[in-house]
Amino acid sequence: MQSKPWRSVFRTALPIKTNLDRSLVMFNSLALHIQPVKVRERAIRFSYTFYLGMISFFLFMVLVVTGILLMLYYQPAIPNAYENMKDLQYVVSSGIFLRNLHRWAAHLMVISVFLHMLRVFFAGAYRPPREFNWVIGVLLLLLTLLLSYTGYLLPYDQLAYWAVTVGSNIVKYVPIIGKNIRFVLLGGNTIGEYTLVRFYVLHCVVLPLFITSLIALHFWRIRKDGGLY
Amino acid sequence: MANDKIIVEENTRPDQVPKRIAIFPERISARFETEKPPEKLVMSFPHLIIREVICLQLVVIVVALIALFFNAPLEELANPQHTPNPAKAPWYFLGLQELLHAFPPLVAGVLIPFLVVVALVVIPYFKINIKREGLWLNAPNQTFIVFTISVWAVIILTLFMDTFSVAIPSILLYGLAVMPYFNKKENRFLLWLGRRSLSEWIMIWFVTVATVLTLIGTFFRGQSWSWVWPWQ
Repeated sequence: MQSKPWRSVFRTALPIKTNLDRSLVMFNSLALHIQPVKVRERAIRFSYTFYLGMISFFLFMVLVVTGILLMLYYQPAIPNAYENMKDLQYVVSSGIFLRNLHRWAAHLMVISVFLHMLRVFFAGAYRPPREFNWVIGVLLLLLTLLLSYTGYLLPYDQLAYWAVTVGSNIVKYVPIIGKNIRFVLLGGNTIGEYTLVRFYVLHCVVLPLFITSLIALHFWRIRKDGGLY
Repeated sequence: MANDKIIVEENTRPDQVPKRIAIFPERISARFETEKPPEKLVMSFPHLIIREVICLQLVVIVVALIALFFNAPLEELANPQHTPNPAKAPWYFLGLQELLHAFPPLVAGVLIPFLVVVALVVIPYFKINIKREGLWLNAPNQTFIVFTISVWAVIILTLFMDTFSVAIPSILLYGLAVMPYFNKKENRFLLWLGRRSLSEWIMIWFVTVATVLTLIGTFFRGQSWSWVWPWQ
């Protein structure tokens, strides 16, 4: 593990023996360097945070991976979208497992993000200097709900159609511009082909870009605001 | 530090690249107020990394197990002509949908969610939420009067609108909140209640009501949003 090619990729030589090596493992890696090289022992205990932020992030990773795979089998059109669900169930190998993973991970993520917010609140971890990271966290919760909601329509079955109808009817009651917002969101006055395409683009491109950027900002701010509370 | 000569020069010319830049973080009082004596540190690698890896594995295993045993629901193809009764939103919006049946849509559908989001965002910008002193710590008699009037205003409003699902948890939580005011006994439960600040009581109330409404919307609502028992 001292070879030149190895060292060209991973700057730290193996085996890792000293604390300097351990620091360099963190320091020299793009994925790891957002975390400090040393942490408070108390802060990494399970009973301290219940790892809820971490769990939310890992669920998000599961959702990205399964989501990309699901995109390979999905056409945002009527009735293709629904037929694709049937194909996932009966034609694609492990297709139903893939869809189940995505669906249950999404529900769990809504729960874990909400619990994460509660944990942070009751720990008082929103206090200065962390106030803006709390605001980002609230936005992340909203984005999680929006992602879940836009994804809800995509199977285009009765459940999806009427759940989204109920939700989008509420938008109508926003004063003055409510009807316009609803029209833009649905691409028409009722849910149809264009709604499906719009929700698909929101669910697979727009909202994931937003949430990924905000997650990055959220993590970066943890460090900048003095580490885990 | 005292006998070191530090020349601080604030250069404002962008075409001159300074040799060294020193950044002195602004001293925010709240940050240093809560500063505790140094705690025991451990190396992130392996202590933190191993926990993250195990956590990731457990998350994947748990989701995979759920996905193996429970299928995601799929009904027949969407049919705009055929409205199911009841038509339900995704479960996390069922609390709101439940409210929609009690309050006018502008209130339940727009105003309340908007206010909840605003309330969450502004939490860290108010001193009362940063200090978080026990509700009965200062001027308990005055607090009792203001607290009781405002809470009962909400409870009476919800009773007036027949939303017992909000009123009953509110009354119970009000009872818990004022317990330390009347009962000065020093047992652990009362002391814990006494230490809760106003913002914590509001959050406990919000979470309880949201949970109750969501559970009712999910399990106790049938045709035309009438009350049904889950086993019926």
